[in-house]
Amino acid sequence: MSDLHFTSAVATPAERDAVDAALRARDGRRVGRDMLLPALHAIAGRVGWISDGAVNYAAERLGVAPAEVYGVATFYAFFSTTPRPPRVLHVCDDIACMRAGSTELHDALEATGTTVLPSPCLGLCDRAPAVLIANAGDPPFARAIAPATASLSDEPVETRTGGSPLRLLRRVGKIDPESLDEYRANDGFRALEKAREIGPERVVAEIVASNLLGRGGAAFPTGRKMEVVAKAGARPHYLVCNADESEPGTFKDRVLMERDPFAIVEAMAIAAYAIGCQRAFIYIRAEYPLAAARIANAIERASEAGLLGDLEIDVRRGAGAYICGEETALFNSIEGKRGEPRSKPPFPVQAGLFGKPTQINNVETLANIPGILLDGGEEYARIGTADSTGTRLFCLSGAVALPGLYEVPHGTTLGALIESAGGVAGSGTLRAILLGGAAGSFVTAEALTMPLTFEDARAAGATLGSGVVMLFDDATDMSAIVRRIAHFFADESCGQCVPCRVGTVRQAEALERLARAGSDRAREISLLGEIGAAMRDASICGLGQTAANAVESARTNLRLFETAGAP
Amino acid sequence: MSVELTIDGATASVPEGATILDACKAAGVETPTLCFLESLTPVNACRVCVVELEGSRVLVPACARRAEPGMKIQTDSPRVRHSRKMVLEFLGSTVDLSTAPDAQRYGERYGADPSRYGEGAATVARPIKIDNALYVRDYAKCILCYKCVEACGVDAQNTFAIAVAGRGFDAHISTEYDVPLPDSACVYCGNCIGVCPTGALMFSSEHELRERGEWKEDEQTVTDTICSYCGVGCTLTLHVQENEIVKVTSPIENEVTSGHLCVKGRFGYAYVQNRPDDPVSS
Repeated sequence: MSDLHFTSAVATPAERDAVDAALRARDGRRVGRDMLLPALHAIAGRVGWISDGAVNYAAERLGVAPAEVYGVATFYAFFSTTPRPPRVLHVCDDIACMRAGSTELHDALEATGTTVLPSPCLGLCDRAPAVLIANAGDPPFARAIAPATASLSDEPVETRTGGSPLRLLRRVGKIDPESLDEYRANDGFRALEKAREIGPERVVAEIVASNLLGRGGAAFPTGRKMEVVAKAGARPHYLVCNADESEPGTFKDRVLMERDPFAIVEAMAIAAYAIGCQRAFIYIRAEYPLAAARIANAIERASEAGLLGDLEIDVRRGAGAYICGEETALFNSIEGKRGEPRSKPPFPVQAGLFGKPTQINNVETLANIPGILLDGGEEYARIGTADSTGTRLFCLSGAVALPGLYEVPHGTTLGALIESAGGVAGSGTLRAILLGGAAGSFVTAEALTMPLTFEDARAAGATLGSGVVMLFDDATDMSAIVRRIAHFFADESCGQCVPCRVGTVRQAEALERLARAGSDRAREISLLGEIGAAMRDASICGLGQTAANAVESARTNLRLFETAGAP
Repeated sequence: MSVELTIDGATASVPEGATILDACKAAGVETPTLCFLESLTPVNACRVCVVELEGSRVLVPACARRAEPGMKIQTDSPRVRHSRKMVLEFLGSTVDLSTAPDAQRYGERYGADPSRYGEGAATVARPIKIDNALYVRDYAKCILCYKCVEACGVDAQNTFAIAVAGRGFDAHISTEYDVPLPDSACVYCGNCIGVCPTGALMFSSEHELRERGEWKEDEQTVTDTICSYCGVGCTLTLHVQENEIVKVTSPIENEVTSGHLCVKGRFGYAYVQNRPDDPVSS
């Protein structure tokens, strides 16, 4: 691409070296635009930010126009195109951390003179408040601390796990997550072996028989996706594991990746085998450095031991963008583009990553696959209810006695789940539960008898979403929580379509006006309804389509806006 | 092979591969569009063309969605009217639409009232960029339709001087690090101006006349001619006011140009106006 035009800005030796090292890691394979995010990560990781000279160098190496590289770099919150010191603290100010004192923590950390950046949910809600330390250098260093204090003392605390029967969590805490031997000694890679015995078609058939539905929020039948991709004439077929877990209140995939990473790698190997795929990707959010390291280690160990056959699995890191959890935005991100969702159809199974038939699944969804193969799909389908098979991970946080990750069969009631986590904490009186995440909805104590299944949630006008169960006691300023959710969507909108780009901002503005004395409540509430309807109906993707859910449910279920002033 | 579908209860027939927008046209239904242009890949970002498709949970963009046999489309249902009105209100309350006649007209049609978001509503107001002699960029008027980026990129010019930068409400069109156009890859073909639906990108000649209150579109004559620079034979449309060329465009339906030109055809017209009494040529 010698005809690209560059400004006179030149990269520093450190920036060049960082890019060269990132691209060298490709082992002489063709280096294309899909290496753009890794290159930008390398620069930001080495020097803390991305200069104009560094953009020129990355653009030249990858044959991408500098304006486009700049457009990509400015899309992601973890990349700064203005000078940033090598050490920054990402302090979570999202809903769970908010009620755990994140504002005070932010101020205290800022008083130490370190650069503090507010962050959306870091996926450590059970141990709020959370901080992610990011130190640029060679090598860079990143670590999450929760619960965090201003001293940032780092005493590792693990997420509590509980529930029964434990299928997905059965090895968590029992084995060394970095040891292939321990994994193999605990049923590890037996399912992959079985898959190879029965052949790809039977693998797909077992997954179809299991009636496994996607756990990322959309609840699509996994087996049906696999059938389509496996039979697709276009080649190659890709497998993508969506580990961009960013839904506020969600930390299930982080726990699986950090504490049983070989299980995810094995599940990917089985799925890849079933659909005839030799190149798979796992896209892990930037906020999860430990999960990324553990998954990378598991891939390396399994590959060294010859367990993956001809399958290559690439770890790709997100860079601070909730929208990249949307499957087509995630494809664009892997391809080195801005994380803007694509129009569907075509669907990923037809034209996904690099325009090829693609199987994309959430981490938890894939984690079910080894168990399905070992027990058989029909046996698996006996767990839970007829329409919601298997167990489900729920992320309990907020005003609950024993916050953590709980695994229960589908059909367990919301009340029983909360009781198993010790019941309501804080004031002891439940005000609201955020079910399914920021894109989910608020429910009240009336919902405690609801069985946790896809169908019961749907009938109640709610969703299990990504398994978020965040509790709020009656001392909580719920209007502040709702405003934070509205600002979250405005911050995280990709900006591509008008209903979401402007609607999320207008929604947040209306909520701010409502919180002020003397506002015309009836007018603002009706305006919120109109904004919500347009976002739900006319946005390109699920982000905009669900950005009004929590606000709407706060009005209908919590009756939040009926009286003037706070709560 | 043709595809038969229903638009507002009437049967429409379009060739395979046609869009719902094509079908609406065939059925005589006028559909508002802002980010759509026949010569560019649909990005379906503005969402003003959304229609109701029976069986679909959400509305679908007419400009990008392929027509399929048996589709039942509503183009004027309450849901469609509401979303179109809100999109136009969202834009009107955010962007300066004073030089965007289509957006204004649609706003009136759907009863959009941008003022109801109040004085405090966030806007994209920002200073105009004047960094070269040929055209100005007033991004306070930008609705982010992506057309200029497409025309600068693979859909026409393959220059890639501009891209969408930033995210969400802060998303905007930019060169790398917002460098002035003369430092960027821009080759001044002006194809971005040609496709801009809101006047955010404008000939300096037009901008200056407008600033002076002397832009008189009703008095302008429009004359097609063939560019005299090279052998390609692009059709030029000369917009003339008071015997001066004030703008050069090309018809989008022209099979040579599809509306696109190069710097010479677009801006190299001063010689036409070098008259004997002109001090430059005497």
